[in-house]
Amino acid sequence: MIMRHPNRRHEAVLSAVLLVLALFIGLINPGFFSAEAAFDLLRSSTVIGLFALGVLVALVAGGIDVSLPAIAAFCLYTTALFGGAFGVADHPVLALGLAGLTGAVLGTMNAFFIHQFALPPLIVTLGTASLIRGGLLAFVGTRIVTDLPESMAAFSHPAAFAGSGPGGAPVGGLVVSFLMFAMAAAGVAFLLGRTTLGRGIHALGGAPESARRMGLPIARLRFIAHGLAGFLAGLAGLAHASQMRNANPFDLVGTELTVIAAVVLGGASVAGGRGTVTGTVLGVLILVLVETGLVIVGLSSQWHKVVLGGILLLSVATTVRRVSRAAWREGMA
Amino acid sequence: MALLEIIGIGKRYDGVCALEDVSMRLEAGEVHCLAGENGSGKSTLIKTLAGVIHPDSGQILLDGRVLPPLRPPDARRLGIQVIFQESSLFPQLSVAENLAMGGARLSGFVNWRVIRRLAREALAKLEVEIALDQPVAGLSTANKQVVAIGRALLQQTRVLIMDEPTAALTGRDVEVLFSVVRRLKESGVAILFVSHRLDEMLRISDRFSFLRGGRLVATGPAADFDHAAITRHLTGQDPSPPPPRGGPRNDDPLLRVRSLRGAIVQDASFDLAAGEIVGITGLRGAGQAELALLLSGARARTGGEVLLAGASLPNGDLPATLAAGIAYVPEDRLTEGLALDQSLAFNLASATLSSFGGWGGLVRGTDIAAHAQHWLNDLGVRAPSPKLPVRALSGGNQQRVALGKWLCTRPRVLILNGPTVGVDVGSKRAIHDRLRALASQGLAVLLISDDLTELAESCQRVLVMHQGRIADTLIGDGWNDRTLAAQLNQLR
Repeated sequence: MIMRHPNRRHEAVLSAVLLVLALFIGLINPGFFSAEAAFDLLRSSTVIGLFALGVLVALVAGGIDVSLPAIAAFCLYTTALFGGAFGVADHPVLALGLAGLTGAVLGTMNAFFIHQFALPPLIVTLGTASLIRGGLLAFVGTRIVTDLPESMAAFSHPAAFAGSGPGGAPVGGLVVSFLMFAMAAAGVAFLLGRTTLGRGIHALGGAPESARRMGLPIARLRFIAHGLAGFLAGLAGLAHASQMRNANPFDLVGTELTVIAAVVLGGASVAGGRGTVTGTVLGVLILVLVETGLVIVGLSSQWHKVVLGGILLLSVATTVRRVSRAAWREGMA
Repeated sequence: MALLEIIGIGKRYDGVCALEDVSMRLEAGEVHCLAGENGSGKSTLIKTLAGVIHPDSGQILLDGRVLPPLRPPDARRLGIQVIFQESSLFPQLSVAENLAMGGARLSGFVNWRVIRRLAREALAKLEVEIALDQPVAGLSTANKQVVAIGRALLQQTRVLIMDEPTAALTGRDVEVLFSVVRRLKESGVAILFVSHRLDEMLRISDRFSFLRGGRLVATGPAADFDHAAITRHLTGQDPSPPPPRGGPRNDDPLLRVRSLRGAIVQDASFDLAAGEIVGITGLRGAGQAELALLLSGARARTGGEVLLAGASLPNGDLPATLAAGIAYVPEDRLTEGLALDQSLAFNLASATLSSFGGWGGLVRGTDIAAHAQHWLNDLGVRAPSPKLPVRALSGGNQQRVALGKWLCTRPRVLILNGPTVGVDVGSKRAIHDRLRALASQGLAVLLISDDLTELAESCQRVLVMHQGRIADTLIGDGWNDRTLAAQLNQLR
C-alpha cells in the first residue's frame, strides 16, 4: 500500500490554493503579475513569517505562544532605544544579536512558567504578553523612536534585484529582512526535520509522557523551543521596525491572531507534535495574498477580521476532523 | 549464565513494601511471563529494570556482571528495552518518524534515507508490512505494538520487557504479536511479558514467575502450571468452580430486538429475558461494539426496532433510553466511562445527578457522599475516601466504579462492553459474581466480550456475530471456551 505522508498532501492542497488566489488577484488587477508586486508580497510576509516560525516551533513542542508580538515590541523598542543611545548595536549583526537575545530570554521566561508550574502555555503566554507590554510602557518608555539607528534601518535595504527610483535611489527588490526570514525558515526546517533535537521537540509535543519515558530531557526541550520562539520574535520585531522606519512600543498589537491562523492553516496541529515549515510558509503567503485580495476587491478592514477568524476556525476544524475520522476508522476497523 | 539476573531486589514506598527479596533469572531466547495482580509489585519490578526507579536493596546482573544504579538511558544503552502498555509511541507522527525516535541524544542529525532503510529492515525482520509514511494513530493496536517493538530493535535489544502487551488486542491481533515475539525469541532476545491474560501467556511463555504482595511466590517452566495453579499463585486461593449454566428461558422477554440495522450491524434480531446473562462475541469489528451503541441510543439505528417490555424505544436518544431502563457501561472506562480527575463520589453520582438536585437545582453534597459510601461498600471498592480522584485507583477498582455509576440508575437491562479488560483476576471474579447476583435479582445483562473464558463462565447464551449479522447462537451445555475459540477461528 502506497501512502503519502499527510503533511505532503496538505502542502500540495495549500500550493494549489495559493496558485488559484494569485490567478484570481491577477485577473482583477493585471499589475499584480510583476516582479515589483512579487517582492512586495515577500516583504509583507517577512514579519508575519518570522512570527509564524516562532509559533510553529511552540506548537510542535506542544505549546502555543501568544506573547510573541509583545516580545517583538519589547525587542524592537529596547534595541532602538539602547542601540541608538549607547551605540551597543551600531552594526546590523549586533542589532540582530541584541534583539534576538532579548527575545530568547523573554521566551525562556515563558518556558519557565510552563515547565516549573505545569501551566497551560496559552494562559502563561497571555500573562507574559500583558506583563511584557505593560513593563515596556511603564519602565522603558512610551515615546516613539523616529530616528531609527542605521544598524536597524539597514534591514529594509534592498539586498538584491533592486530597481532605481526617482533620483537614482534603490527601491524595491528583495530586502535584507526577507533574506533573514528565508534563512530563519531554512534553519527552523533543518532543526525540526533533520536534527535529533528537532525530533525530540516533535516527541515532546505529540506525547509528553512517551517522551519522558524515552528519557528525553523535557525541561531542556521546552526551554529551547520557547527560547527559539522568543528569538524569532526578536527578529520579527527588528524586521517590523526597519519596515516602519520607527520603533513604536504600542505596535504589533493583535498580530498573534493572524500568525496563529497562518500556522494552523499551514497544517500544524494545535494539539502539538505536528507541523512543517513548508506548510507554515504557504499559510503565511496565503493569508498575505488574501489580505491583498481583500484590499484590491475593496472590502473594508473589518471584513479582514471576519475572513481571518473564518480561516482560523475552518482550518482548525478540518484538522480536528482529519484526526477524528482516522480515530473513528481505527475504532471500527 | 543467565542473560539478566536479579538478586534480592527490595523496594519500599513510605514504609509500604512494594518488592521484597525478589530474585529472578532471564535467559537469552526465552519468553518469560511475569504474572501478578494489581499491587503485586510487577510495575515496580519493571520500572526497576528500566532504570526508572532505584531499588533499596539487591543487585541486577547482566552477563554475570553487577550493574551500577541505572537511569533510563543507561538501561537502554545496555539493551534493556521496555514497551509500556501505553505512552510509548507518538500517534501524530508517521511510522518512520516513530522508528527514528531511538536515542535520547539531542546533539545529532537525522538522515532520513538511512532511517527509512533501517526501518524497512527492522519491519522486514519482524515479517510485517506497514507503510512507513502512515501516521501511527491510524494503525491497528497490534501494529502499534509492532512499531514499538521495531523501535526497540533499531537499537540493539537484548532484553525486551512488555507490559500487558495483549491487553488491548483481540484474536488475530494477538497472533500477529505472538509471531513477532517468536521471531525475536529465535534471534536470542530475552522477552519478559507482564500480563493478566494467562490463557494467552500459557501459549507463548517458556517460564512463569508469579508475584504476590511484592514477593516471588512461584517460578518454573510453563508446563508445570495449569489454569488452577495459575489462579492459586495469583490470588493465593483456589479457583471457585463456575456455577452451572442455566438453560434457555421461556419467560416473556424483557428486551426484544427486531431487524436492527446500523452502519455495520445488519438485521440483528434477538430476545433478552429478565435474569438472563447473554454474551455477544465475534471477531473485532463484527458489529458487537456498534450493537451496544445502537441499543443504548448512543448511535441512531438505520432500521429495525427495539422493544423494552413491549414498548418501542426512541431512536438515537440516549437520555430517553437510559430513563426507560437500558444502561450501557462503555468499553473504554478511561475515556468514555469515568471522569478520572473527579472524585469517586462525583463519578458514582454523575449518571443520576438530577436525583441529587435540591432546592433551586443546587446539589446536596451530603447525599452524594452518603450515596458514594453505600455504593463503594456494595461494590467492594477498597478506597480510603470517596473524595479521592478515580485516577488514584487500580484498574479493577476503576471498573467497579464505572459499573456502579450505571447500576445506580437502577437499570432493567445492563449492557457491558469488555467489563474486565485490563482488570486483575481478583477484581474480575468480583465483577462476575456481582453480575450473577444482579441477574438473579432480575436484571437482564448483555455482556460483550472477547474473553471467551469469561463468556463461558458467565453467560447462559452467547450470540456470535460475523460481518454485522448474528451468525450463531450458542445455548445449553454444548459449548465451552475452546469450542467457541475454534468457531471464531473458522470465521477468519
